[in-house]
Amino acid sequence: MCEEAPLMEVLLVSLLNGLVYGMLLFMLASGLTLIFSMMGVLNFAHASMYMLGAYFAYSVSRVIGFWPALVIAPILCGVLGALIEMYALRRVHRNGHIAELLFTVGLAFIIEKGVQMAWGLLPVPYRVPPVLDRALFHIYGSNFHAYRGFMFLISVLMFVAIWLLLTRTRIGLVIQAALTHPEMVGALGHNVPRVFTIVFAGGSVLAGLAGVIGGNYLVTEPSMAATMGPIVFVVVVFGGLGSLAGCFVASLIMGLVQTYAVVLDVSFADLLARLGLHVTSATPLAEVLTMPLPRVGALLPYLMLILVLLLKPRGLMGTRDT
Amino acid sequence: MSGGAIRTAARPVAADGAVSFLRRQWPWLAALAFAVVVPWFSYDWSTGRHSGFIVSMLSQIGISIVFALSYNMLMGQAGLLSFGHAVFLGLGGYVTAHVLNATKGGAVPLPLELTPLAGALGGLGFAIVLGYFATKQRATAFAMITLGIGELITSCALMFQTFFGGEGGVSTNRMTGHSLFGLGYGAPIHVYYLIVAWTALSVAGMLFLTRTPLGRMANATRDNFERAQFVGYDPRMVRFFQFALSGLFAGIAGALYTLTYEIVTYDTVAGPMSANALLMTYIGGVGVFAGPVVGAVLIVLLQSWVSLLSNSWLVYAGVLFILMVTFAPMGLTGLVLMHQPIWRAGRMGRLVGPYLRLLVPALLVVLGFVLAVELCSFLTIGAAQGKSFTLSRITIDPRGAGAWLVAGLLLVGGGLCLRAAMRGFGVAWSAVTEDVKRAEVRA
Repeated sequence: MCEEAPLMEVLLVSLLNGLVYGMLLFMLASGLTLIFSMMGVLNFAHASMYMLGAYFAYSVSRVIGFWPALVIAPILCGVLGALIEMYALRRVHRNGHIAELLFTVGLAFIIEKGVQMAWGLLPVPYRVPPVLDRALFHIYGSNFHAYRGFMFLISVLMFVAIWLLLTRTRIGLVIQAALTHPEMVGALGHNVPRVFTIVFAGGSVLAGLAGVIGGNYLVTEPSMAATMGPIVFVVVVFGGLGSLAGCFVASLIMGLVQTYAVVLDVSFADLLARLGLHVTSATPLAEVLTMPLPRVGALLPYLMLILVLLLKPRGLMGTRDT
Repeated sequence: MSGGAIRTAARPVAADGAVSFLRRQWPWLAALAFAVVVPWFSYDWSTGRHSGFIVSMLSQIGISIVFALSYNMLMGQAGLLSFGHAVFLGLGGYVTAHVLNATKGGAVPLPLELTPLAGALGGLGFAIVLGYFATKQRATAFAMITLGIGELITSCALMFQTFFGGEGGVSTNRMTGHSLFGLGYGAPIHVYYLIVAWTALSVAGMLFLTRTPLGRMANATRDNFERAQFVGYDPRMVRFFQFALSGLFAGIAGALYTLTYEIVTYDTVAGPMSANALLMTYIGGVGVFAGPVVGAVLIVLLQSWVSLLSNSWLVYAGVLFILMVTFAPMGLTGLVLMHQPIWRAGRMGRLVGPYLRLLVPALLVVLGFVLAVELCSFLTIGAAQGKSFTLSRITIDPRGAGAWLVAGLLLVGGGLCLRAAMRGFGVAWSAVTEDVKRAEVRA
């Protein structure tokens, strides 16, 4: 373990990074929560929209710069999402839930292969715009990057926008009602298919936006959807179906957990050592006990997923079981 | 096979039983006979060797059949969508590799022919442990738990050295010197026949299981789990037993995998392998017992032949999958079975014309799609690998507009023709089915 002062530094810097990452996750997960809650379909292609957002932004920003791309790429994703919902998903819906879910699995697969064919197998050089490529402020001698501040700003703006849309507009109220009682909303005469299309397109816009601002912060590569997908699922399940607030809390928790798991270099052996038990290579399960936390970090989201589904399938603030 | 055998064994007249067994199970016996003979079509008499490509492909088909059928025990028979089925193939494979290494060291004198039992026990054991958790839920929650388990085990396989061998995997050697028949198993053809035997056993076992009360209750919980509860069965226990047995057969597939390739790496437990099971099962058809067999044969053939010709065979497999999900959720065998009433009524002749009219535009669309995909792939991936797009000695430049224009024309023109032909086919189909129904009512 570290000394007192550096530990504080590590904890505080990681807190900021974790919040930024958590907000990025929320941008992805909010759309998925809405889609999952309303349609009952786990959309495996949601993270693919995030990837497409990043790739569209890369291509657009090479021609006319980052700022137009910030608007154009999410819109492209939204249009694609609307088309998918209207012309494919609605058709597959007749074949049942499993077919619908499998359709999105196949779609995610095709999008990954399509991205590989269109942009190549290697990561593309999608970079942070030069204006934001500097330190915003210093904390304990380490820089806080301006782009992270920008990401945080965008996600907060998005959060406020969704909040206003859902609570202050008519369509927002219909969506909120459809989250918990989709059949009742249809019975009241609302055009539920159209609401579905709007939500699917809106979710795709959010995922695309997350891709635009996350693609250059992380890496823009064909496997980015596959790495992000399960983490977003965990957030949605952990937050609970039908609850955006739960999704928000779950996103932040997941962001912090993943960030802290990378920086805290401890293992079970260290904990046992504090209790006076020393692990040697002869100890049973020595390999498991000495595994440092940063290497176990990759496992944590999946462990959380399994535990939540087993112990509390309703999630943090969910209104019904997954 | 043995389902019929066991039922007929109880009958007093043995000859009668044999005849009815033959009449009932002849497609399986014919398939088995074909599997035994087929490597000899590729036998090169001048060198006295089998074609390595063919034998390795056939072995892969055998492994895939067991794997896909074990997957269908969950998906088709119990209605459980799993995203982590490869875990049991892979863990069965790891266990087999360790057992083989122990046999080589002289610790366990297990004959090579029986090592798949080790894989089966490994698959069963892990399926009992992991299935205990996974089967607490059903439907989407079950699918997500299996997804989590799959990712968890894959990460573990990369992390831990002692059991999984880390990134390098576990290597082994099948020539342990222990054999029931004194065979060395150096030649791939020996292993192929071992695979045929174990595949036949596993297929028979799984077919038998569909006829047991467990298999029937799995169907019942799939169709209506609440009613199954009312009857007095615990759907969770049904799911659990089905999951555990499915893990057992996946473990056998894993053992056969280890015997064929003599190395097990984290790929065997990872997501793409699970997706493969899903692909084979769904394309073949989940509603019929033989569906996954058809899917496994087809996908391995596609994989082996198309991947020789093209970089992008996965794109074709994916598109095929999406088309099946959208238009034919019962898979290829389901499509064939749709024709059964028409065939029985002797009216298939009336569909020949519409089918032929469908064929030409469909071929045009496929051609246009393949051309477009290949052009796209050569533009990026092919260019990065320094390959050029040659078609029977004509080099096509993917940057030129000509080829793209041809692809576009084929797609759009063929698509429009296909739409018109589909409409015509729909009319003909409903006319024939109406006719068949009316004939049935009259009879």
